[in-house]
Amino acid sequence: MTITRGQTAPAERVPALVEQFKGGLAAPICLTWEWTYACNLSCRHCLSSSGRRDPGELTTAEMRLVIDELRAMQVFYVNVGGGEPTVRPDFWELLDYAVANQVGVKFSTNGLRLDAERARRLAATDYLDVQVSLDGASREVNDAVRGDGSYAMALRAMENLAEAGFPNFKISVVMTRHNVPQLDDFAALADRFGAQLRITRLRPSGRGADVWSELHPTEAQQREIYSWLTDRGDQVLTGDSFFHLNALGGSPLPGLNLCGAGRVVCLIDPVGDVYACPFAIHDAFKAGTVRAPGGFAQVWRSAPLFAELRTETSGGACRSCSEYSVCQGGCMAAKFFTGLPLDGPDPECVKGHGASALAAVGGAPPQAGTDHSHRGREVPLGMPSVRVPAKLCDSSPLAGTA
Amino acid sequence: MTAPFDPGRGYGLNPAVALRPEPFGALAYHFGNRRLSFLKAPELVELVRGLASHRCVSDALAAVPEGRRDAYLRALASLAAADMIVPQQARSEVA
Repeated sequence: MTITRGQTAPAERVPALVEQFKGGLAAPICLTWEWTYACNLSCRHCLSSSGRRDPGELTTAEMRLVIDELRAMQVFYVNVGGGEPTVRPDFWELLDYAVANQVGVKFSTNGLRLDAERARRLAATDYLDVQVSLDGASREVNDAVRGDGSYAMALRAMENLAEAGFPNFKISVVMTRHNVPQLDDFAALADRFGAQLRITRLRPSGRGADVWSELHPTEAQQREIYSWLTDRGDQVLTGDSFFHLNALGGSPLPGLNLCGAGRVVCLIDPVGDVYACPFAIHDAFKAGTVRAPGGFAQVWRSAPLFAELRTETSGGACRSCSEYSVCQGGCMAAKFFTGLPLDGPDPECVKGHGASALAAVGGAPPQAGTDHSHRGREVPLGMPSVRVPAKLCDSSPLAGTA
Repeated sequence: MTAPFDPGRGYGLNPAVALRPEPFGALAYHFGNRRLSFLKAPELVELVRGLASHRCVSDALAAVPEGRRDAYLRALASLAAADMIVPQQARSEVA
């Protein structure tokens, strides 16, 4: 998505767009829809603690009804994720259905199903974009977080997309302490494949909570990310996720630069629950379910949680800070899952207020609401992964289907 | 590329663009290039919706109070630059 903001109606009558967005929109601009909790990988920082399919996931018929609703609400495109969404047997059918109904799809994938033939078919489909996840520009850095073989799988998918002539697909990177030094390498990789780079912020959500302390970028690296992004303007996508870094300098990063949770953003999870944002899978941020009467539209328009998120926030402890107007107190999910109050500083506050607030946190931070992790399977950071399935059916959601 | 915006020509909403009503005005989505634009006043939305019925942009702007014409002219120029509105003639050539 590209947002143009050239349309200037008379300034004296119209408040800034960002102020208007705080009151919420008729429908989300940026809707993330996770199609399954099943995943062939076990990434250490998975924001949705994915791995095993949930038996209550929306059926094909239910998925179609949601797509019908999105069309009626004029949600022009959705970000489809998971889990690994292509694991769903009805994935391609649903993709075609959405696109045929003017609901464009950008789907995130680790590359699992993107063979040469599939890449060619995708390249021939309109209203479709593909985002391949990669968290290291080298096999070592990537596989330490995403698991053995995941680098090769992603690269193969990218080669297939490039060969099929899929223009400008996305390479999506979650920034960690280990891959910040590879920013230029990621950009070179994107150039090599005719792709566009997208970098986003590591959140302490899902399994990310377990590794956040050791993986989140250092203060020096935060400054490096900010200046690297400032140099590149809107060539690099960020999902608007680094707005907390705006407190570092004069020129704000491109984007809306506000927490869009419940205002312009929300998440529909694989079982149909609606959350304020993809990084906040927890009861505290659950607004309702698409399965209730009134469906998704009812939740978006009338959920009490969303009404609350659309009111002006006080700013709390951040109010007296000179940078509050540009950083807006940072990311709600990052605060919540590190145990910080929502009206205080972000844990990665560049003014250092987050570090002192973290030191003062008493007790354990809230746990993620759902956990679909593969049992007995993890990717030890920096070491070859050892997979010991607790049960045969835990080894892969694809077991027996390939 | 797109020809320079010419208020002496007739323009209309690009058929590849959908307008979604919003509290502040409307959101414009271009299905071709996946760009999103914001029409930041209900009056501007009306102007854009009715644009194609006028012989030229200047005629369409005649209905707008004089004090706001320049601002809307600039807004239309940027909508044209983003391919959200297209010259009428070009549109019929495409169709």
